[in-house]
Amino acid sequence: MNALHDALHAPRGKNGRAPDPLRVAGWMPMREYAEDDAVDFVIVGTGAGGGTLACKLAEAGFSVIGMDAGAWWRPLEEFASDEAHQEKLFWTDERLCDGDNPLKLGSNNSGKSVGGSTVHFAMVSLRFRPEWFKSRSLLGYGADWPLDWREMWHYYTEVEQALKISGPITYPWGPPRPRYPYRAHEINAAGWVLAKGCEALGIKWTETPLATISAPRGQAHPCVYRGFCVAGCATNAKQSALVTWIPRAVKAGAEIRDLAMVGRIETDAASGLATGVHYHREGQWRFQRARNVVVAGYAIETPRLLLNSANARFPHGLANSSGLVGKNLMTQTNQGVYGLMEDEIRWYKGPPSLTITEHWNYHDTDKDFFGGYAYMAQGPLPQAWVSSQAGARGLWGAALLHEMEKYNHQAGLKIVGEVLPQERNRVTLADEKDQYGLPIARVTFSYGDNDKALVKHAIGFMTQAMEAAGAREIWCEPDDTAHLNGTARMGDDPRTSVVNADCRSWDIPNLWICDGSVFPTVGGVNPSLTIQAIACRTGDRIRQLAARGELGLARP
Amino acid sequence: MPERYPGYDVLAKRDSPSWNDASRQVIAERLALLDVPTFFSESEWQTLRAICDRIVPQPEHRSAVPLAAMVDRKVAQDRRDGYRQAGLPPLQEAWRRGLAALDAEAGARHGARFHLLTASVQDALLKAMQAGQLRGAEWGDMPSQLFFKERITHDILAAYYCHPVAWNEIGFGGPASPRGYVRMYFNRRDPWEAAEARPGHEDDAREANERIA
Repeated sequence: MNALHDALHAPRGKNGRAPDPLRVAGWMPMREYAEDDAVDFVIVGTGAGGGTLACKLAEAGFSVIGMDAGAWWRPLEEFASDEAHQEKLFWTDERLCDGDNPLKLGSNNSGKSVGGSTVHFAMVSLRFRPEWFKSRSLLGYGADWPLDWREMWHYYTEVEQALKISGPITYPWGPPRPRYPYRAHEINAAGWVLAKGCEALGIKWTETPLATISAPRGQAHPCVYRGFCVAGCATNAKQSALVTWIPRAVKAGAEIRDLAMVGRIETDAASGLATGVHYHREGQWRFQRARNVVVAGYAIETPRLLLNSANARFPHGLANSSGLVGKNLMTQTNQGVYGLMEDEIRWYKGPPSLTITEHWNYHDTDKDFFGGYAYMAQGPLPQAWVSSQAGARGLWGAALLHEMEKYNHQAGLKIVGEVLPQERNRVTLADEKDQYGLPIARVTFSYGDNDKALVKHAIGFMTQAMEAAGAREIWCEPDDTAHLNGTARMGDDPRTSVVNADCRSWDIPNLWICDGSVFPTVGGVNPSLTIQAIACRTGDRIRQLAARGELGLARP
Repeated sequence: MPERYPGYDVLAKRDSPSWNDASRQVIAERLALLDVPTFFSESEWQTLRAICDRIVPQPEHRSAVPLAAMVDRKVAQDRRDGYRQAGLPPLQEAWRRGLAALDAEAGARHGARFHLLTASVQDALLKAMQAGQLRGAEWGDMPSQLFFKERITHDILAAYYCHPVAWNEIGFGGPASPRGYVRMYFNRRDPWEAAEARPGHEDDAREANERIA
């Protein structure tokens, strides 16, 4: 269509160079590997999981290729302040959604670019509650993780430092954590509405820890509060994988191939080990050899690739002896309560969720459900806001236009609520094919009774909070969801999990999965910080295993 | 209905630090859109335009946002959303089938094509569609309420609220890069934001809005 779409049409990571997202028209040198050169690791996906791991492995001295189906953008010159145009960041290839509560994907939770969904995420960077890593043993629901929270606390700190998370001086919930590296952002009026509600109801609140800088960092200046965060940050204040892990990875010797759609992982007929990936780039299918393959496509594309890679030896897909690949898909409930304020709010200013309460993540009484939820201030842009108005209230015509005119006086709260794992919620393959001729994903999702009880509790509580903050004309959005996890869970037992604590598949020792798919449970916080922490841990573990001579199984 | 933000025009900021080159280019293309179909047939186009007029009834005192053309381009370019409820055909087929089915319903119930009906009769048909009460054979296996929610309101309203005219109506700041915002607290307006008309003080708002750059 025009220059703003160039990155979608021709790959940029080639000929020994890669785009430098931090400089206008900038390039940086990039190492390249030959296709018949079996690299130590091919990583499929360059978002929170794959981008982070590519950096860690390259810095540890491994030869690494990261492949991404999406484009390699230069935000400074290619990102418009425009919701509609920025659809170019989303995974808009077809997916079929069914079940009692069909999910909305695309802009809601699915990225397609180098940096993955972190290019358009809302930057909310939260640690799990420690008990959630053993929710079955300690809290009586879900499944235990094979990870220890104290080890994760260490990796959370590593990620918070790497992304220069801006956050409050002291965090009100959970065990002590180090000071956030950058100060918290100024709170906007929408954030103060949350604060007023919490204070009236006697619960704690705080500034949300965010992956957007509150002071200069390198070539990026602080966040200017333009408010288009979920449409992509045009000033590079947002600490996405695109501007953090990826440039670090390239500098350390990783090659990143953009516009490279991996369609199948090849395994050796005799040994059963992965030998490389078939990928589509510049109009043709190609093959890259590798000693290890890491799948990091997020909770729909990861199981889709494993299932699409079925062969004679693995007829039900790779890493699937447990039968669990694609199962236990978890989203998070994302219901909202909105109201009209006498004051002008102008919630389009600043990051959308500047304040948060995790009260119901850490408070275990007065609940009639398992799990927890956080809730945060909101700031939807016009297209997102009309989607809520029309979707939840069924408004159109003059009645809708009248409601939309109240935009600058609206405030709202939305949860990130824990959804429990259910095997019936799953990703399978549909008959329909995509533009590469690959079967598309069918995504089946239905709330369980516990999920519904949590939502009911949250809507009731947030309604009280909005009333206490002085809102009128309060209404709720009953059906939204956010984030995707859980379709290749980690565990201690090959019969009940797909990968072990190191993200290494039980069935194929040189096949790894490193993204939100490995979550056994999701907790009541946004997953990106945990995905990155797991990737940092996996990078360290691979380095340790290699040093002990436990890798290299696939060396041809 | 009096304007809430009299005199506010987000385009006045076009050459200000609020708009980067990418934003200028994207909005210029949007404003240059020709109000003609490239995908839909003449009769589909008539029906689509009539639907758009009911979903977003636009005031007559300003030139209308070409909603049908914006929907037409989305469908023509097959710009999908990244998800599709299993009961719904793909984007292009859903629109083709839905428009034909609505027209057929109009003919069966009222003896005329949809775009020839009065506004109130059109509204009644759209309400019946929203409630899933249109079940003629032309719908096939596509539930009419799903077409209403996932295509009609989803696509038409997304088109309207990405247009500067709609931003003016609701007092949205529009493009904001590299200049973002400074005044974050309750009732604090940056000088480059829309001023809201207070009853009896509409002229103050108009004056403030005309100073925006």
